Amino acid sequence: MLAYAIRRLGLSLLILIVVMTAMYAMVFLVPGDPASLALGPRATPELKEALRERMGLDQPILTQILYFFGNVLQGDLGTDVWSKRPVLDQILEVFPNTLILGVVALGWALIMGVLLGCAAVIWRDTLADRLLGVLSVSVISIPSFVVAIYALIIFAVWLKWLPAIGAGQKGDFASQARALILPAFAVGVGWVGYLARLIRASMLEVMEAPHIRTARAFGMSERDIVFRHALRVAIVPTISILAVGFGSILSSAVFVESVFSRPGIGTLITAAVEKRNYPVVMGTVLFMTAFYLAVVTAADLLIARLDPRVRDVLRS
Amino acid sequence: MSSAVDDITLPARRGIGRALLRDPMGLAGLVLVVAFLAMALLAPWIAPYDPIALNVKAKFQPPSAAHWAGTDHLGRDLLSRIIWGARLALGISITSVGIAGALGLVLGLVAGYGPRWLDSALVLVFDSMSSLPMIFFALAVITVLGPGTTTLILVIVLVSFPSYARLIRTQTLSLSGADYILAERAMGAGPVRIIFRHLLPNVVGPMVILICMDIPVVIMLEAGLSYLNLGVKPPSPSWGNILAEGYNSLRQAPHIVVIAGIPLVLATLGFTFLGEGLRDVLDPRGAGRRWT
Repeated sequence: MLAYAIRRLGLSLLILIVVMTAMYAMVFLVPGDPASLALGPRATPELKEALRERMGLDQPILTQILYFFGNVLQGDLGTDVWSKRPVLDQILEVFPNTLILGVVALGWALIMGVLLGCAAVIWRDTLADRLLGVLSVSVISIPSFVVAIYALIIFAVWLKWLPAIGAGQKGDFASQARALILPAFAVGVGWVGYLARLIRASMLEVMEAPHIRTARAFGMSERDIVFRHALRVAIVPTISILAVGFGSILSSAVFVESVFSRPGIGTLITAAVEKRNYPVVMGTVLFMTAFYLAVVTAADLLIARLDPRVRDVLRS
Repeated sequence: MSSAVDDITLPARRGIGRALLRDPMGLAGLVLVVAFLAMALLAPWIAPYDPIALNVKAKFQPPSAAHWAGTDHLGRDLLSRIIWGARLALGISITSVGIAGALGLVLGLVAGYGPRWLDSALVLVFDSMSSLPMIFFALAVITVLGPGTTTLILVIVLVSFPSYARLIRTQTLSLSGADYILAERAMGAGPVRIIFRHLLPNVVGPMVILICMDIPVVIMLEAGLSYLNLGVKPPSPSWGNILAEGYNSLRQAPHIVVIAGIPLVLATLGFTFLGEGLRDVLDPRGAGRRWT
């Protein structure tokens, strides 16, 4: 287990280094340097030179990359070109909003997905099962920001039940919770369908297992078999999907945050992209990549703990 | 015709269309996809107005006989914009998925056929690229290159080619160990013959399914980035631009946003349903995973 953990962590670290080097190199492959791009066409040469120096762009590229990695290791992701605030501070300020949105979205999607997936197994090969199937494929493919816009029109503009924008008053839990409902709905709805499908498929496989046949022979009801015995086994593959899926949840969150003008990583990075604020964009991408890799790695380690067969995979 | 023979040779090439038509989901997908393709191809002839012609006097009109879908904040005809938007959405997604597929094919073959070290290096690249949360990677590229249609296509190619490359690599590896390929080689067949006669026909099915599943994601990405003003530049009638402009006039004219979301939903549904239908027909081994 320890050997597996070390190999798995090493792989993640390697991927992170490759990704960051590629990102950093990309900036230098294109015509026009970041300083002039950020300052716009009307900047004077002196201004550009000053900014280049401040961003360290006058050094050779290899030195820059090494500096960059060195700073990152010390928790320094650079400073904002405009406000001169440290990038890490800005990220940490809004990251909890995005994290809460992602976790709540995934949470309700998991609960609904498990319930619907189990329902489909209990009612398998009936009309209800077929309808659930079509419904889940449909919600998977509908873009989350379109769901967000429709939800905003119906529940915030027409019915006026919930706030249309923002993340709620700071310190006021009820207001924050109300502001979270629509975004979390929009981000999670596709995952309800996806998880329902996944649970159903993996459960149908489990239902063929000998211990389920034994349970049937003892006369257990189908519902008890599904919830008490089959679900326990069927949920394991979902863990890794959930972790990988957290990446696409974060992607949806970027769009949905923008629809609801909700402060978060998405609104931070889109504003920075528009102003070509390189340090903020690069810092946010690095932070989110590292966070995502950490989630995926943790999930893999958890699975390896639950299911020893997985540990051999990396060896081959 | 004898039905017994038909059953055995399934899926025969001419049986694909028929099997797809028999499946309600696949049929619905096919109808939607054909409708959107027709809309994209015939846009100049079926759009009732010029999609970027201003008519400020007629702004914010609700749907009427003259403007079936109403007009936007500059008095432009919404239906015409949506029809031209189909051309943009499908044009961009088919172009970029085509390039990504071709790139994936070449890199997948190189990884599968080439030396071990090259294979490991390429797999590390594929893994790194697909372990980035897609949107953040896309935004980084847009920051460097500046928003626009070319950047958009490049971004989509970069985020989607690894899945094609992996598919081709896996197929290449499993094929190069097969006995009949060994026999071919023993008879002196070169890699070109093996790739074109044996590998490509084998990967066409999975490729087509992957493309169908990928296009909704790409349409979503195009519309989403254009919505954030980081994709296709206005006044081009991208569905994302129409949605963003409609969102700004949500209170005066909610019909714009409500109507502009519909083609996006129907197009993504169409390609997904078609992909699901095709998977059943082309990939019988995967049929068990399917939920009908």
